[in-house]
Amino acid sequence: MSHAAPWPTQADLGGRPGFGRVQPEPEGEPFHADGEARVLALTLAMGATGAWNIDMSRAVRETLPDYPRLSYYEIWLAGLQRLMLDRGLVDGEELAGGRPHMPALPLPKRLGADQVATALARGSPTERPATRAARFAAGEAVLTRAGRVPHHTRLPGYAAGRRGVVERVHGMHVYADAHAQGLGEQPQWLYTVVFDGAELWGEGSTPGLRVSIDAWEPYLEAA
Amino acid sequence: MSADHGHDHAHSELGTMELRVRALESVLGAKGYIDPAALDVLIDTYQTRIGPRNGARVVARAWVDPVYRDWLLRDATAAIASLGYSGRQGEHMVAVANSQRQHHMVVCTLCSCYPWPVLGLPPIWYKSAPYRSRAVRDPRGVLDDFGVTLPEGTDIRVWDSTAEVRYLVIPQRPAGTDGWSEAQLAELVTRDSMIGTGLARSPAA
Repeated sequence: MSHAAPWPTQADLGGRPGFGRVQPEPEGEPFHADGEARVLALTLAMGATGAWNIDMSRAVRETLPDYPRLSYYEIWLAGLQRLMLDRGLVDGEELAGGRPHMPALPLPKRLGADQVATALARGSPTERPATRAARFAAGEAVLTRAGRVPHHTRLPGYAAGRRGVVERVHGMHVYADAHAQGLGEQPQWLYTVVFDGAELWGEGSTPGLRVSIDAWEPYLEAA
Repeated sequence: MSADHGHDHAHSELGTMELRVRALESVLGAKGYIDPAALDVLIDTYQTRIGPRNGARVVARAWVDPVYRDWLLRDATAAIASLGYSGRQGEHMVAVANSQRQHHMVVCTLCSCYPWPVLGLPPIWYKSAPYRSRAVRDPRGVLDDFGVTLPEGTDIRVWDSTAEVRYLVIPQRPAGTDGWSEAQLAELVTRDSMIGTGLARSPAA
């Protein structure tokens, strides 16, 4: 499937004005309502089935039409429902009524209570064996991709078309852009690229500010 | 001062969200996609076992043991795993150390990427639009919201977690803590100090 329109993400917030002050919060309150804890657990348990990958779930969440007015766990809940509806794992009637009326579809895995600790401790590493040489080395100047793309991507808008310097080389990692589209892992070299504040925000930028992103090789050109 | 918009909204819509969650949980359990008992284990894990006290232990070790600190800065994933913390949302860790000259701050402008094995689940503000929008552009303004003022001339480095690498800030060890035990020192290490929106507590505070 291809479309020319830029990906309609609502999550690319870096540098955008007008959101107001940050409201600090004490430690030790991971959940603020029982529903939040259930949403987290359902999201992790369904993620563990292998019905989709984390990049697909980010792609769905960031394009929810209601994104700007939802709380974060409401975004997760709506994203989880969308992922399941899109795959026919549930239908709207089941979500509304809480009762199944269609047979379950087979899924690759099911996370048992006795497997939780092991599964969390293992996680899902994204580094893969290097199959080619890295194009860039630490210290090299690079220019990030300027154009918008019609799919999920992890190059933030504020760092698009900017000149930075490679600072760290992290090995080859699952490429989020491809993985989110169901095109497989297509591992790419991953770099920490650092920018001077003035390159991102102009001459009025905070003195002494530098900002880095982690960028896969296809985001970068030699500068 | 009004509360965070997302927080307010969560409360106003709570009834709806609770109902939707309950319906979803029933269907997924009935269809056999999930083990309902696994949900309770997951919640208990992030309520009681995986939280910022893990990271505080890592930082306190780095403060007292220069060899460990070097290892942490060189290979954070392995150094952190040696204390028993690994896995989901911390598969590839990098630790960065604050100094008199340089302060580090971590953000995820695109979603809510956060080093779960050492810090637990992110606070609301970390996932909210004000922090995600401003941290990369006006980190001193963000620090001001937390009541933190850095000396003029301190450079600020912001790490935007745009891939699967997760960042842990090692705050500066407070003065007046010579001879303190690791356990005592860990008490001074706040969650916010490991994100870079705070400093470690001073012994007097």
